[in-house]
Amino acid sequence: MSINVYVPADSSAISLGADRIAAAITLEAQSRGIEINLIRNGSRGLYWLEPLVEVVTDAGRIAYGPVQVSDVSALFEADFLHGGDHQLALGSIEELDFFKKQQRLTFARIGTTDPISLDDYLANDGYRGLGNALKQSQADIVKAVTDSGLRGRGGAAFPTGIKWNTVLNTPSEQKYIICNADEGDSGTFSDRMVMEGDPFVLIEGMTIAGIAVGANQGYIYLRVEYPHAHIALNAAIEKAYAAGYLGDDIQGTGKAFHLEVRLGAGAYVCGEETSLMESLEGKRGLVRFKPPLPAISGLFGQPTVVNNVISLASVPIILDKGGDYYRDFGMGRSRGTLPLQLAGNIKHPGLFEFAFGLTLRELLYDFGGGSATGRPIKAVQVGGPLGAYLPESQFDTPLDYEAFAANWTVLGHGGVVVFDDTADMAALARYNMEFCAIESCGKCTPCRIGSTRGIEVMDEIINGLEISKNIPLLRDLCNTLLNGSLCALGGMTPYPVLSALNHFPEDFGVTDTTDAA
Amino acid sequence: MTESNSIQETVQGVIATLKDKPGALLPILHGIQDAIGYIPADSVPAIAQGLHLSRAEVHGVISFYHYFRETPPGKQTIHICRAESCQAMGGKHLEQYAKDQLGIDYHETTTDGQFSLEPVYCLGNCACSPAMQIGSDIYGRVSTQSFDAIINEKKEQA
Ligand SMILES: Cc1cc2nc3c(=O)[nH]c(=O)nc-3n(C[C@H](O)[C@H](O)[C@H](O)COP(=O)(O)O)c2cc1C
Ligand code: SF4
Ligand code: FES
Repeated sequence: MSINVYVPADSSAISLGADRIAAAITLEAQSRGIEINLIRNGSRGLYWLEPLVEVVTDAGRIAYGPVQVSDVSALFEADFLHGGDHQLALGSIEELDFFKKQQRLTFARIGTTDPISLDDYLANDGYRGLGNALKQSQADIVKAVTDSGLRGRGGAAFPTGIKWNTVLNTPSEQKYIICNADEGDSGTFSDRMVMEGDPFVLIEGMTIAGIAVGANQGYIYLRVEYPHAHIALNAAIEKAYAAGYLGDDIQGTGKAFHLEVRLGAGAYVCGEETSLMESLEGKRGLVRFKPPLPAISGLFGQPTVVNNVISLASVPIILDKGGDYYRDFGMGRSRGTLPLQLAGNIKHPGLFEFAFGLTLRELLYDFGGGSATGRPIKAVQVGGPLGAYLPESQFDTPLDYEAFAANWTVLGHGGVVVFDDTADMAALARYNMEFCAIESCGKCTPCRIGSTRGIEVMDEIINGLEISKNIPLLRDLCNTLLNGSLCALGGMTPYPVLSALNHFPEDFGVTDTTDAA
Repeated sequence: MTESNSIQETVQGVIATLKDKPGALLPILHGIQDAIGYIPADSVPAIAQGLHLSRAEVHGVISFYHYFRETPPGKQTIHICRAESCQAMGGKHLEQYAKDQLGIDYHETTTDGQFSLEPVYCLGNCACSPAMQIGSDIYGRVSTQSFDAIINEKKEQA
């Protein structure tokens, strides 16, 4: 009987050589006359251990990592195909504290299956949520999502059930489901991992959304920087059509849902939902004024659900196990789990899915293991390029939407980027202004002009010029951006800039004697 | 057949296949750039005609999106991540090293036409920072040494 060997096809694993490892293992097995069945799975998300190879043995799945091509022949010598001992042996991934202590709901399957095998998906609880949804009324499906307490994971944390309810109750011949797969936030990759590692769960979530609100067409707006996700999604969509999980007659119920992937073109602002819809309509991605809400008049003027990948990928388990099951995880008004993405200067970077409520400090040290360089952690940017930098004094903040908001910080899409004490916060603040200038859609003057002005002011500050004049100027600019922007690109660029200034004034040349009003 | 004729034929083919999709402009622009490497100025009238748009509208869309280019790229395009996670792991140093080694700045192409260099703001490879992409090949934990090795490998492939 051939032995099952798993080597991730996740693009981060590939970026570390997983394709070459897969080829080397295949070749070595051939030359030794051993029959193996090499499966390309998603990543477990413990990226410091990638490329991670797993072998199915009588004693369960045994992992080895991080594996280099030069290790392959020694692994065979050590009989890793039967769980043999080797210095890279890790035992069972699921027994490692890094993994065992997580609450994997949305990511339950990722890393365990062949992502584009529908059989694997079905054998591991796939399409049970849709099965239940097909037996329920539209209002009951929406109610389950509302009861779960799920809030949008794309950044704004708006309750998903309320959004769906608006679309359900807005009569129209044509409605749409859009999956926001633009994942523009730096430091985030959970959407990518879902699309590469379990694309059917997203397809299932979108299908449930379509049936719930009465939309028969869905679009996945995918950033062009994700070619591997594109391939995986298209392969899975094709299989879902072939097996009657998409199309005009889903599982013989007469209900229709069609799905297509559309590519973005490198514009961060197109992750903003109205800009995204302009882009899908074939236009420049200018942000629209709201109202009207997309739920009432969205894509091509029709009622539209726009949800993030993680929001939609969390729907199948809610419909499978019930809204209460999901709701029982979390704290306060932040229910369920959040897949956190730990990146930057950290020893153990990766994807950690937890119920809301863990503190940032626990994440950084208990799981992250401190900085990669071994130096003290100076600051952590949470929530992408529009998120604030948190200094050590805020590390005890629980990961919870309200607790973060109370600190003038944001959880956003759950990205956590770590900087050690060599980071120059003024240089970072300049970069944040530059990013705003590069990515501004140009609709509002404060964002378009103010960000360029911000770069100039930051340049003067960095060069130590007229600090006592330039710091108040920077604050004024930030206030103008905060108050005069149509969307969060301009409106939240002050979060990283001002948090850097407020917590690390010395990096801006502000001394006790400077008037830093 | 001249080169420009064959380009026009490719463009017409892409337009004909995609123009009836709702919101067809981005798929068409992707189709053309996938086939030709960029969006030639003389394809704009054909796109405009196919979609009943003005040339200015088509041009406005092309120029709005960073990914679409109006000039031919080098044989391979290197995208280096400039965003925060990569900065936290020495990304700025990598950017400078790449520019020095290639002898070009961002948005430029090497004189031998081999490589174009473009910035990118996150590749979703932040757990393996610093990151870069060449075509659809992705690289993580890129050091100056591994940068050299990757570039040499790419030169040999060419
Ligand atoms: C500048 C900007 C960029 C955004 N980028 C994204 C993104 O890449 N992905 C995403 O899901 N939401 C993004 N959003 C939030 C969306 O506008 C929207 O709130 C979200 O897609 C709704 O889905 P959710 O309720 O499931 O989170 C962005 C917002 C702004 C202002
Ligand atoms: S804040 Fe900036 S990106 Fe947002 S709508 Fe205004 S100009 Fe466009
Ligand atoms: S910040 Fe560089 S890959 Fe995400």
